[in-house]
Amino acid sequence: MTTLSAASHAPANEDEVRALVTDAAARSVPLAISGGATKAGVGRPAQTQETVSTTGLSGITLYEPAELVIGARAGTPLAEVEATLAEKNQRLAFEPADWRALLGTSGEPTIGAVAAANVSGPRRIMVGAARDALIGVRFVNGRGEAVKNGGRVMKNVTGLDLVKTIAGSWGTLGVLTEVTFKVLPMPERTATLVYPGLDDARAVSALSAALGSPYEVTGAAHLPGDGGTLIRIEGFEASVRYRLGELRTLLSEYGEPALVENADGEALWRGVRDVGPLVQPADRAVWKISTAPTRAPALTASIAMRIEARWLYDWGGGLVWLATEPSEAAARVVREATRAHRGHATLIRAPADLRAAIDVFEPLPEAMMRLTKGLKASFDPKGIFEPGRMYAGV
Amino acid sequence: MTIAFPTPDAGILARRDAILAGLAPLVAPDALIVTEDERRAFETDALTAYRRLPMAVVLPSSTQEVAAVMRFCHEHGVKVVARGAGTSLAGGAIPQEDAIVIGVSKLNRVIETNFADRTMRVEAGITNLAISQAVAHEGFFYAPDPSSQLACTIAGNVAMNSGGAHCLKYGVTTNNLIGLTVVLVDGTVVEIGGDMLDAPGYDLLGLMTGSEGQLGIVTEATVRILRAAEGARPALMGFDSVEECGACVAAIIGAGIIPVALEYMDKPAIEICEAFAHAGYPLDVEAMLIIEVEGSEEEIEDAFARIVEIAKPFNPRALKVAQTEAEAAAIWKGRKSAFGATGRVADYICMDGTIPTGQLKHVLKRIDEIVKGYGLRVANVFHAGDGNLHPLVMFDTNAPGEMEKAEAAGEDILRLCVEVGGCLTGEHGVGIEKRDLMTTQYDRQDLAQQLRVRGVFDPLWLLNPAKVFPLTGRDLDEAPANGREAA
Repeated sequence: MTTLSAASHAPANEDEVRALVTDAAARSVPLAISGGATKAGVGRPAQTQETVSTTGLSGITLYEPAELVIGARAGTPLAEVEATLAEKNQRLAFEPADWRALLGTSGEPTIGAVAAANVSGPRRIMVGAARDALIGVRFVNGRGEAVKNGGRVMKNVTGLDLVKTIAGSWGTLGVLTEVTFKVLPMPERTATLVYPGLDDARAVSALSAALGSPYEVTGAAHLPGDGGTLIRIEGFEASVRYRLGELRTLLSEYGEPALVENADGEALWRGVRDVGPLVQPADRAVWKISTAPTRAPALTASIAMRIEARWLYDWGGGLVWLATEPSEAAARVVREATRAHRGHATLIRAPADLRAAIDVFEPLPEAMMRLTKGLKASFDPKGIFEPGRMYAGV
Repeated sequence: MTIAFPTPDAGILARRDAILAGLAPLVAPDALIVTEDERRAFETDALTAYRRLPMAVVLPSSTQEVAAVMRFCHEHGVKVVARGAGTSLAGGAIPQEDAIVIGVSKLNRVIETNFADRTMRVEAGITNLAISQAVAHEGFFYAPDPSSQLACTIAGNVAMNSGGAHCLKYGVTTNNLIGLTVVLVDGTVVEIGGDMLDAPGYDLLGLMTGSEGQLGIVTEATVRILRAAEGARPALMGFDSVEECGACVAAIIGAGIIPVALEYMDKPAIEICEAFAHAGYPLDVEAMLIIEVEGSEEEIEDAFARIVEIAKPFNPRALKVAQTEAEAAAIWKGRKSAFGATGRVADYICMDGTIPTGQLKHVLKRIDEIVKGYGLRVANVFHAGDGNLHPLVMFDTNAPGEMEKAEAAGEDILRLCVEVGGCLTGEHGVGIEKRDLMTTQYDRQDLAQQLRVRGVFDPLWLLNPAKVFPLTGRDLDEAPANGREAA
C-alpha cells in the first residue's frame, strides 16, 4: 500500500481496501473515496478526514470483444479503457463525459468514478445510461467486506440488482474495486444535422420529431447562442446516407440543416457531452436538470424571467444544463422552477460555501429519504463513506 | 418435488376468519376471494409442479386499496405474495398457505401516453402486449417482449426484470422503465422516478426492478416507448458444427453488427420445432441461427449482404434470407413454438442460465453429458448475442423419479453456467426454482449485503418470503463481519 500523505491511502488490492475500511470503521474515521479526483467538487462538502484513492487498483481484467464486455479495476484510467476498446473498434456507448474543464480539475478520470457518478453523455437517449451498461461490480462495504453483484454477462436477474444501487451513489455506499461494462461497436459513419435559428420550443419539437422517427437518432441537443439544434445518426454508410435523407424530409419545416461530420462533428458532441458552452465564465453555478423534453422550454423560460441564466439542452430536451450566478437566491429560483415543471436538479458546479449552504442533490420526499437512509445504513452502518455528500445524514 | 416451503404460521392460520373479516371492508365485495374453489386458480403459476393454496386472494382496483390491504397485513403480521398474471416459470408467484395474494390484474388501464416525450404511464396489471398495442397506431412499441407477453403483466415484468428475444438491441425491463408507484410493506405509497430519463438519489428504480415482489408492490409504471423500425427481416443459417456457428456469431458482432435478434437452436431443438411447425429448417445440420435485422428495405439488404460475406468462412448451409412476409413468418414460427413443440413430445423444464458466449461449445458438450447421465434428453435454444441459454430438459411425469432427475439435471446445468462465468437466471428470475442455488453464484457476504438491503424494505419478511433467498442463512447475526469464505 502506498501512503500518499498522512491522510491519503492508495491500496494496491482489494484486501488492502478491506483492511483500510475495517480500520477506519473501527476508528469511526470518515473517508473520501477518490479516483482521479476530477469530480471531487461535486456534492455537499463532506467532512472526511482521510482519503482512499483507487489509483492503485488499476488494469483491465477482462476484455472479450465478441461478448461485448470489458472489466477493469476501479482505478483504471478511463482513457486506458477507451483506448483498449478502440483497438477493437468498440466503445463505451453511453459516452462518459469529461467534466475536467467544467469543474476546473486536472486529474485522470477513472472507470470506477464513471460508475460511481453514473455519468452518461448524449447517447444515453439511444443506448441507456452508464448504469444500464454497468453489468457487474465488486466493492468493499462499510463493514470492510468485499461484495460482488451482477457479473460479466449482460442478461442477469439473479438476486437484487445492487449494481444499480452503487451506480450514481457517489462513493457513499462502498469503495468500488472492479467494474464490468457492456460495450458496443463503433459505427462506420457518424453524421450530424445542424438546424440553425430555432427557438427553444421549436428546437425541442424538432428533436421530438427526430427521436420519434424510426431513424435511430443517437444524439439530440440544442445549443445556446444559435449553436444550432443537433441531430446525430450513426451506423453503416448506406444506412446513414438513407436516414440523413429521410430525416431532412421529415424535418423540412424546421429549415435547411448543415451536415457536420468527422472531427468537426466529434468536437460538436464533445462540447455537448462535457457542457462546453457553459464552462465559461468559470464563476457561474452550473445545474443539471432533468425533466420531460416537452416541459423543458417552459422550465428554462420561467427561470430566465427571474434571474440571468444560460443553458443548453441534451437528451432531446430532457436534460438541461443551466448556469446561473452562484447564490442561494438563484438556487431557490432553480429549485422552484424545476419542481413546478416536475423535474429535479443537481448542482454540479458551485463554490464550496454555496454547496454547504443549500441542497446540492434534489431533496427527497420523507418516505424516500427514509429508504435512502436505510440503504446507506445497510451498506455503511457507521456512515464512514463520504458522509453527507449527497444528503445530510447519508 | 424437492423444493421446500417454510412451515405455515399456525397462529396466522388460526386467525384466518378474523383476517378475512378485516380485509373485507378494504376492497369491493367481489375483490376478496375466499372460497377454496376460487382460490385454486391462484395456487400456482407457470411452475405448475408446485402449488400452495393461499388464505385469500385480494384483487384491488386502486393504489389506495393496495395500500389499505398492505397496511392491514403489516399490522397483523400477514404475509403477502404479489401476483401479476401468474406466468412465472420460476415459481415467483406461487403463494403459501399462511399468506394472502394481492393480484394487480384489475389495475389494467393506460393512464397517459405522450408520444412527443416517448413515455407511457400505465397501471401495473396491464399486459406487456397491451402496452405495445396501445401505441401501435402511431408506429410505437414497448421493447421488452418476453414470450409470455400476451398474458404477462408489467408488474410481473418489473418484479422479474423480464427480457425477451430483442434485448440485445433494446435491453430488458430495467433499461426501459423510468417511473414507478410502489406500495411499501406498511402501506406507504412512494413515487420513484417519473417521466424523465433519470431519477434523483439512489437508483431505487433499478433496485425495485427484479426484486421479485420482496420490496413492495408496484401499482403503476412509466415506461419508455420507442418508434418501431421501418421493417425487420430474419435469415436462417445452418452449420455443421457448434464451433463454426459460435465463431460466426463472434464474427458478426466483431464486425460491428448488432442484429436485433440472434437466436441459436441445436439439432434436437431444430428437429422438434421442424416436426411441429414445418418451418423449412435444415435437418442435416448441427446448429442453426436465426438472425434478424431491422431498418428500411435498403438497410436490411445492406446488412444481410455484410452478414452473408462474414459468414462465408464458417460454411453456412441452408442459408435463407426471408424474401417475403410468409418466409419471415415461417422462419420465426419454428423458434417461437420451441416450448410448445417440446411440450408435445415430452414434459420438460426450461432452464434460464446465462453464459459468456465464448463458452458455448464447452457448455453444450457438458449439458449433453449431464443430461445423458440422468438418462434424459435435452434440446437447447439460446439467445446467442447475449448468452442467455434455455436448455429444455425433457422427461416423463408418469415415470417415477424422472421429474426429480430432470430437476437435478437442471441444477447441474445452472451450476455449470455459474462455473464458466455466467449466472443462474438471465430473464426468468430466481423465485423458488433457483432459490437454493443462490449460494453457488453468491458467497455469504454477497448474499448478506442483498439481505441487508431487503431488510430496509421488509424487515419482518412479510413480502413473498419463500422466494429468492435460501431459507437457511437469512439470520445475518450469523454472518462473519470480516474474512471471506470460499464460494
